[in-house]
Amino acid sequence: MRRAILFFLSAMLPAVAFAGNTQEFKLDNGLKLVVQEDHRSPVVVSQVWYRAGSIDEFNGTTGVAHVLEHMMFKGTKKVPAGQFSRMVAAAGGKENAFTSRDYTVYFQQLEKSRLELAMKLEADRMANLNMSDAEFAKEIQVVMEERRWRTEDKPQAQVGEQLMSSTFQTHPYGRPVIGWMNDLEHMKAQDARDWYKRWYAPNNATLVVVGDVDPQQVLRLAQKYFGPLKAQKLPERKPQGEPEQKGERRLVVKAPAKLPYLALAYHAPSLRDPKNDWEPYALEILSGVLDGNPASRLNRDLVRRDRIAVDVSVGYDAVNRGPGLFEFDGTPSEGTSVEDLEAAIRGQIEQLKQDGISEEELQRVKAQVIAADVYQRDSMFYQAMQIGMLEGTGLSWRHLKDYPRRLQAVTAEQVQAVARKYLVDDTLTVAVLDPQPIDENAPKHKEVPHGRH
Amino acid sequence: MAATSSMLHLYEYGVVWARRTIGTVFAPPPCLRANAAWNKLLWLMAAMVTSLAFVLPAQAGLPIQHWQSASGAQVYFVENHDLPILDLSVGFAAGSSFDVGEKAGVAALTQGLLSLGAGGLSDDQISNRFADLGAQLGGDFDADRAGLKLRTLSSERERTGSLQLFATLLQQPDFSTVVLEREKARVIAGLREAATQPESISSKAFGKALYGNHPYAMGEMVEPETVEKIGRDDLIAFHHSHYTRGNAVIAIIGDITRVQAVQIAEQMTANLPNGTAQSVIPPVPLLAAAVEKRIPHPAAQSHILLGYPGMKRGDPDYYALYVGNYVLGGGGFVSRLTEEVREKRGLAYSVYSYFLPLRQEGPFQIGLQTKREQTDQALALVRQTLKKFIQDGPTAKELQAAKDNIIGGFPLRIDSNGKILDYLAVIGFYQLPLTYLDDFNKQIDKVTTAQIKDAFKRRIDPDKMVTVIVGDDGK
Repeated sequence: MRRAILFFLSAMLPAVAFAGNTQEFKLDNGLKLVVQEDHRSPVVVSQVWYRAGSIDEFNGTTGVAHVLEHMMFKGTKKVPAGQFSRMVAAAGGKENAFTSRDYTVYFQQLEKSRLELAMKLEADRMANLNMSDAEFAKEIQVVMEERRWRTEDKPQAQVGEQLMSSTFQTHPYGRPVIGWMNDLEHMKAQDARDWYKRWYAPNNATLVVVGDVDPQQVLRLAQKYFGPLKAQKLPERKPQGEPEQKGERRLVVKAPAKLPYLALAYHAPSLRDPKNDWEPYALEILSGVLDGNPASRLNRDLVRRDRIAVDVSVGYDAVNRGPGLFEFDGTPSEGTSVEDLEAAIRGQIEQLKQDGISEEELQRVKAQVIAADVYQRDSMFYQAMQIGMLEGTGLSWRHLKDYPRRLQAVTAEQVQAVARKYLVDDTLTVAVLDPQPIDENAPKHKEVPHGRH
Repeated sequence: MAATSSMLHLYEYGVVWARRTIGTVFAPPPCLRANAAWNKLLWLMAAMVTSLAFVLPAQAGLPIQHWQSASGAQVYFVENHDLPILDLSVGFAAGSSFDVGEKAGVAALTQGLLSLGAGGLSDDQISNRFADLGAQLGGDFDADRAGLKLRTLSSERERTGSLQLFATLLQQPDFSTVVLEREKARVIAGLREAATQPESISSKAFGKALYGNHPYAMGEMVEPETVEKIGRDDLIAFHHSHYTRGNAVIAIIGDITRVQAVQIAEQMTANLPNGTAQSVIPPVPLLAAAVEKRIPHPAAQSHILLGYPGMKRGDPDYYALYVGNYVLGGGGFVSRLTEEVREKRGLAYSVYSYFLPLRQEGPFQIGLQTKREQTDQALALVRQTLKKFIQDGPTAKELQAAKDNIIGGFPLRIDSNGKILDYLAVIGFYQLPLTYLDDFNKQIDKVTTAQIKDAFKRRIDPDKMVTVIVGDDGK
């Protein structure tokens, strides 16, 4: 599962898909169902996408979307705590869930005849979660361990968290999905219950099923199990738009490490109107030109030729509910400073703005787009993820068909134009890891004590 | 792309057991921008004896064709025309256990440099040519095995172009001094960074304590000093002696015919160095006494690893240990370790156990991370859970649940060409019977509670285990 997700994340360009036999249905209560047939193997993946992520949270209860995701395994009246996983396991299934900034997703992978079990269990916990204070008290400890593991003890993850926090000072993307530790320490079961009540409803969810299935049969199952659930009024979502950044920002994180680390983020647009927008596609191509293969500009020049960096990479993601970013990160070589690396990256950006890209570079990225469009069909999970991501961010799975075509249409001039427009100093935030020696005599990591311990 | 993963910020309910591996097979953990960048280094670091411990499941009706190429290589092929793609891997007994101490790192650098200059083409030319063809290059590296993987479109131009280039990488690597010096600097930087991070500190200490002087510790012996000593001649010699025709295992799946597969196998191996299969790895000695290592680190969590030499590929206890481990700590959210440590007490986000079967006994390992203040509590609980399991074995109900999952979930294990390719490579490398897949579910079904109890009792001595704790120093 994790492999599958990661495969998806590491794909060169997101959302490049072949939308084959795909059908969409809508139940009377507002639940959307998207079914994609893939008969290569007798298996099925079922994913429920709730449009509720950390973007919908408020200060003081950051992390609650993710905490609730954990609590969703803690029982309903019919299915007591722990039984959900046991039932899926007994059916030979794999399951997990994940929370992102934009959505929360629950999934099962099963032999195809077991799909009904997934539907039955997911429909039950969509409406009947029965969260006890005792289960919450244990699980919040688990989530705090997760935060220590993912962030507190990983210097580069801390840099990432601080970079987001500084880049988005108003928009909720500035807050970590896992939540600030202090908010987790003070979270109550009621906070999670409130979250569940607010967002967990059929009209805030999309069910994505990909596999060796008959769409009409899937629809009948969905009607049987999800059909009786009641739609509810969803709260208004305020945009909380980030004010324009008017000047470069810089920050430093000190943590035990050997090598420094550098991360840069520029504000950039997200895809809003897939038919008419062109900038997000040009930015996708731009990231491919800079970092699409090991001989792309950054690795070729900074790692291989000049040896300024041991590692450097670029990221841009067009599909978000909130604003986008165009990011760079890297580790300087020994004997090279983060300042040198930053200067080299910014030099590359200047060169790009001045001279643009070659036709050869453009065609190379497009060749990879075409191939990726075929390769991703080897994974049903990946196909379901693409459908869900688009639906979960308010776009349509129908856009999958156009995506490769729109990328193919990008010109070299457009790539240069977006570089000039968005990779500008005044909207840049720079974060640096200042590595600290490990001092075994230093005071140990301390956490603020609080009542629940 | 690195930052793309960070931007998605995915937080999973649980870590589903997928061990780290070296190579381009796995992307980095989710949501950590840094690790994304960092992971690119890992293929070179070779700091772990790892790879996905896949258990080979079986299904009737996966028609595996097997033959020996004229050049002497073993070939495993599944013809599948569902998608216009071709996957190929070529592996050799050339993993980290074939290193020698003072120059530990030769095996990893040899594998790493295959794609960084060959047949007169530079690293950039190679990368660009694959990209222009839409092909994806990958690799495998663990204690036993090293090799390269290719995914290409099956259309004539793309297929022939990328296969030819791929063969050049395997057969005519340049191992240029300039590239080697650059990559050595990157490896050394990675090692120095790893020496400060609790997770890598713990796995290194664990491997050393578990394997001592056995070659399976060699992956942990890679240090800046050993890498410094490595020269071009070392890589040439290693390639010459290990990347040989007789040593090659070729796995192929996809949109080609048998005739084409035969040609491809010859093309991949015809100009490899001459040589026969040679993969003598001595048996792993058991531990004479328990070892406990506490390494102080200021981290918020202690990283705890416990282990013992586990099992081999083809081990007579394979199925009993595999099913038993599902109950103990391999079964994700429903294992005993998860139940005791996470579900009942909230002491950890991730706790697991696994057997990594290798040519000889790979590690049996239990791992978890917990807030440093509760280190001893969590460790005691894990030891108690293990001890009880070894003493009493699983219940009949637990055994049935394990079988239901393993047998019922079989179709998921081979639901993509990518997964099948890896299985073919393992079957070939370890010379498992071709019927291995077909028989797997039957073998699982035959396992009894008594066999599991007996196998764990004989194989794992809880009083002689290795324990490594990085974080809280117990003072």
